[in-house]
Amino acid sequence: MEDLLKVEDLRTYFFTEAGVVKAVDGISLDVRKGESHGLVGESGSGKSVTALSVMRIVPKPGKIVGGKISFDGTDLLTLKEDDMRRVRGSKIAMVFQDPISSLDPLYTVGKQLIEAIRANNETVSKEQARDMAISLLSNVEISEPERRFNQYPHELSGGMKQRIAIARALARTPTLLFADEPTTNLDVTIQAQVLNLMKDLKKNFNMTLVLITHDMGIIAEMTSRVTVVYAGQVSESAETHTLFYHPTHPYTEALLKAVPRLDKRKQLQSVGGNIPNLIDPPTGCRFHPRCPYAIQICKEKVPDYEEVETDHFVACHRWKELSLVGVQ
Amino acid sequence: MSDEVLLEVKQLVKYFDVFSRGVFTRKKVGEVHAVDGVSFAIKRGETFGLVGESGCGKTTTAKVILNLEDATSGTVNFEGRDVFELLKSGKRSDILQIRRGMQMVFQNPYLSLDPRMTVFDILSEPFIIHGHIGRSDWTARVYELLTKVGLEPYHAERYPHEFSGGQRQRIAIARALAVEPKFIAADEPVSSLDVSIRAQILNLMMELQRDQKISYLYISHDLSSVRQISHRVAVMYLGEIVELANTDSLFEHPLHPYTQALISAIPIPDPETKRQRIILPGEVPSPLNPPPACRFHPRCPYAQEICRTVKPVFEQVDTDHFVACHFWKKFA
Repeated sequence: MEDLLKVEDLRTYFFTEAGVVKAVDGISLDVRKGESHGLVGESGSGKSVTALSVMRIVPKPGKIVGGKISFDGTDLLTLKEDDMRRVRGSKIAMVFQDPISSLDPLYTVGKQLIEAIRANNETVSKEQARDMAISLLSNVEISEPERRFNQYPHELSGGMKQRIAIARALARTPTLLFADEPTTNLDVTIQAQVLNLMKDLKKNFNMTLVLITHDMGIIAEMTSRVTVVYAGQVSESAETHTLFYHPTHPYTEALLKAVPRLDKRKQLQSVGGNIPNLIDPPTGCRFHPRCPYAIQICKEKVPDYEEVETDHFVACHRWKELSLVGVQ
Repeated sequence: MSDEVLLEVKQLVKYFDVFSRGVFTRKKVGEVHAVDGVSFAIKRGETFGLVGESGCGKTTTAKVILNLEDATSGTVNFEGRDVFELLKSGKRSDILQIRRGMQMVFQNPYLSLDPRMTVFDILSEPFIIHGHIGRSDWTARVYELLTKVGLEPYHAERYPHEFSGGQRQRIAIARALAVEPKFIAADEPVSSLDVSIRAQILNLMMELQRDQKISYLYISHDLSSVRQISHRVAVMYLGEIVELANTDSLFEHPLHPYTQALISAIPIPDPETKRQRIILPGEVPSPLNPPPACRFHPRCPYAQEICRTVKPVFEQVDTDHFVACHFWKKFA
């Protein structure tokens, strides 16, 4: 399969008063046409900022300071803002974590959908847009779409708001959809509904999905390939099955050991320490202060991002000698 | 864990009044049935899990048990004494004694610690209130608490903002431990923390339980962590307990359709585990006007006429397994 999105050595820094926060510091990512790609990491690991950088909507004081992003053959970082606006929505769209703040409270659901449908696309008449909006609402399995069309976001539940946000992202049938923790704020039974819906929509709309989450369960269930990020850098990337069963990075192993499982009781092995401060990140391998296998070289030298086998990459000095344990 | 009951909750009810909005008038127009007849008992040294979705009343249950909210009706017995009675009419010494026995750890460690107090002040404030530690021993005791929760003595001089979320939750736990409680209600203590930090806090809680025989009421919507830490689990839906069992039977043989759906909805971090998922239609109804009879019937895939008309009895179906469903035999 060919790459739809290729991110190379992306650097996005935030120039704050306290110092430069290197939120994304050399992240590379390749997403293939038609796949569900998981981007997993903890808060502050740079997974959301990576998505915002691809869309070129990094909020101030953030700035993309380096790297290359090519999407379907186009270099997104050299596009003019006008051209980029055409890419946004129609080619790449995004669903955010919090549907409460991503929908405008002052406009009805219908108005927001019509706006999304007609953005940079005046050939669609208002009446056509209305019909399209209603069919979008039924696509995301909202009951009574005609009535919901005229309602305001505050009249809807959290699960329904997230469905509206998804509908809005799909308005221009994008080829690539970023979903940034789309179910984190939802209850588990609603999460199950929304995940199922996203699976169906991906198929029906023929989309490529990048799913950003910290939940290894969702990764296992929804994605075919995964990129693990830690402190603004990629630590490992592999097919989902390989990542869970044959991890080669100690951070991946630690994550798998630390996550409780519903189907069995196990001894949780916690990762010591805390998530590093990105103004002054650790030297060498950024995971070394928390890594049980760290040796001198890990403190001194940044590990290369090496190929373990086809489609499996890792950034660890010791991957060859360590035999790490995955899911058991 | 011993068989001795430490805390017993009987028919606990908490309604919140809802008022209409007028300029000068306040008229009661309804009641939110947050907790509606909840009963359970927690043994000494036991972790009792309480799970359910947002708005099902699990947090309110904890707050009412600790009397942070007044109960509408029902009783709570702690070490055989009626908590509400003692707090209402008892002497100050009784009240302090009850309060010392029961503590709470809140969900959000960014809000539950006073930003203007140093860790030392936060941890020694309980000593002022309860006077159980002489002033000359405060420093030693604070250091001991910090070490116990995996922090360092020098952290005592710092302020909460200097700590990460996981460390703050450790401080909140240390504060609860400062009065040497027998019971701690932990309300989603790990859900605002990062994945790699959650295991640290869960392991810490289990360690403390082993050393000090503390009982926990562990409230969470995260069933995976509940399975990890709890001895017994109760599942709440719209203010009522629908199923209660020891952890393994609840997760391996759930008898209530809601429990089954809840369990099947959780993604498992293992790509080789493929499961049949039960997707519940619709959303949790408003507790302002809960459905009659079995409150779960509008979303239940197995609902029959009787579920709409007759309230199911909360019956014992096995040692340590209770369920409120007309058709539990179908799933046994």
